[in-house]
Amino acid sequence: MDEFLQQVLSGIAAGGIYASLALALVLIYNAMGLVNFAQGEMAMFATFLAFTLIGHGISYWIALPVTIAIAFIGGIVIQRIVIRPVERAPVLTLVIVTLGLATLINGLAGFFFGYLPRSFPSPFSVQTVDILGAAASWQDLGVMAVSGVVLVLVFFMLQRTSVGLAMRAAAHNPEASRLLGIRVSWMLALGWGLASAVGAVSGIMVAPILYLEPNMMQTVIIYAFAAAVLGGIESPLGAVIGGLIVGVTVNLAGTYLPGVGGDLQLAVAFAIIIAVLVIRPNGLLGRRAMRRA
Amino acid sequence: MRFVGRAPRRYWLIALGVIVFAGLPTQVTSFQSLEWAEVLIFAIVIMGLNLLIGYSGQISLGHGAFMAVGAYTTAILVHRYHVEYLVTIPIAGLLTGLVGFFLGIPALRLSPLYLALATFALAVITPSLIKRPENLTQGTQGILLPPQQPPDWASSTFAAVTGGPAMTSDQWLYYLCFIAAIILFWVAWNVVRRRPGRALMAIRDGEVAAAASGVNVAGYKTLAFGLSAFYAGVAGALYALATGFVSPDTFPVSLSFQLLVGAVIGGLGSIAGPLFGGIFTFWLPIISSQFVQTQDWIPDQVASVFKNAGPAVTYGALLILIMIFAPNGLAGLILSAYARLRSRLRGVGERTSGQLPPDPQTV
Repeated sequence: MDEFLQQVLSGIAAGGIYASLALALVLIYNAMGLVNFAQGEMAMFATFLAFTLIGHGISYWIALPVTIAIAFIGGIVIQRIVIRPVERAPVLTLVIVTLGLATLINGLAGFFFGYLPRSFPSPFSVQTVDILGAAASWQDLGVMAVSGVVLVLVFFMLQRTSVGLAMRAAAHNPEASRLLGIRVSWMLALGWGLASAVGAVSGIMVAPILYLEPNMMQTVIIYAFAAAVLGGIESPLGAVIGGLIVGVTVNLAGTYLPGVGGDLQLAVAFAIIIAVLVIRPNGLLGRRAMRRA
Repeated sequence: MRFVGRAPRRYWLIALGVIVFAGLPTQVTSFQSLEWAEVLIFAIVIMGLNLLIGYSGQISLGHGAFMAVGAYTTAILVHRYHVEYLVTIPIAGLLTGLVGFFLGIPALRLSPLYLALATFALAVITPSLIKRPENLTQGTQGILLPPQQPPDWASSTFAAVTGGPAMTSDQWLYYLCFIAAIILFWVAWNVVRRRPGRALMAIRDGEVAAAASGVNVAGYKTLAFGLSAFYAGVAGALYALATGFVSPDTFPVSLSFQLLVGAVIGGLGSIAGPLFGGIFTFWLPIISSQFVQTQDWIPDQVASVFKNAGPAVTYGALLILIMIFAPNGLAGLILSAYARLRSRLRGVGERTSGQLPPDPQTV
């Protein structure tokens, strides 16, 4: 039982990371009906920036917000330069462009930082603390806390501020929003910035667990896809719930199912994606897609 | 003779292309013909991908994984069950097509995004999945296949035509890929120009309208995906035979990206595009890394990094630039250049009658 609880706890910690990245995906999906395949790579690049800052002797707790700020600006810049020219193109074009972006950022990271895996510092100790008989590491608890704070902040911003309201309005009904004086295109850019910032947090949180290298997020993004699909791809709350479920499920499957250890845990995420598509295509919290066909 | 004289100009181009590719092994070394065999293999997968993306408006990021299915089908059948290798090629294609068909059923009911997600996840997990059934796939070790010797008739014909030595196994493999490419391009040509192709393009350009016109939307989409996977399976089988070795690392995620880049660069929704795409995606990494190595002013360290990161940077940048500035790829650029040239030659009056590339917004 203790081991079970322990696996659930570390599953929740991993789930928090997936939830952040899934939330980033949902933010962009809501803004422009697009799954951003470059989200993971953007987060990876931001993590490398944080790594460089920390390597220059800057303390972790200063490097973290600075990186998030850079990621925010970077997201806006990417939207302005790369996405804006194809903003109105069909979704297929957009998907290909974000894939190109993913490849480009991956290559640039390899170019600037190399392909050697590096260990990323963690501010949390690996020592454990006793919770209900299970030994939880401070590392896991810290990740949970940071992800939790970020998620709450994003919700607060989207639901309780006028900028958040404008962003939601621009995503929901661009024409009407434009008539009301909302600068829709800039709201999209803001969405990209926000998504990029949230994604950066997930990268920085996951880096101490995995090793930091250009392909680090390739697995994490699959879990985030599974989380977003499971939660309902347009629901921010769904992304968080989906992330937690995916984190716990994958962890438990890896522990208790024979043969599902190590790299095959990823297959669990794939199975979740397929199962959701078959059983409940709109996810747990998604609205039923309006299709006229 | 009048028939020949009246043949549309593109038939001449096709005939020229076929002759060039048929004669290629007589002009290059045996090793180079193996490289060109891989170009043709790339062209075949990209043709399948193009049927899917360019004509039916769906997207797959998992064609590398489908190639893996085809390649391993052939490798296992030849290595373990000693099946005649020529027979394994259609088997590999059909099996891969079936896999695609069944994967397509859940994913295709929704927007193309879901298919992209599912196939992307498939591409990422494929190397791990291959490693597991170790007695079948030999795990990370991979499967080594013997080179396939050409049959006597081919060998002696080749020697008689070139007046040189007999055909090597590499050259035989090249011709195998060449024949497969011709058949599959011919099939694709017919598919897109007949009922299924019109149905697919109708779906691509407006699902609701297509459904209202009596097109079985789900059926045709799944069919397109299955056909596309079939192409990838055949190409995978040929790849296994050509390189003589398959391992989980032969089919990384980046392969699927590379194929997508090929489809986009060659030109979506074009029959000739995949050939350009195959040539481009195969040679770009090789030529660029060779070029960098010959440049003395580039420090060794940068050159070695470039060898790893260069293709990704170039591919990524090209994908973005082409989608923004030339959504119809190389084939589209060539067509519009030709149209412009012809209208220039024939005078201003006919400028509007030049053949325009298809509407970029439909892809």
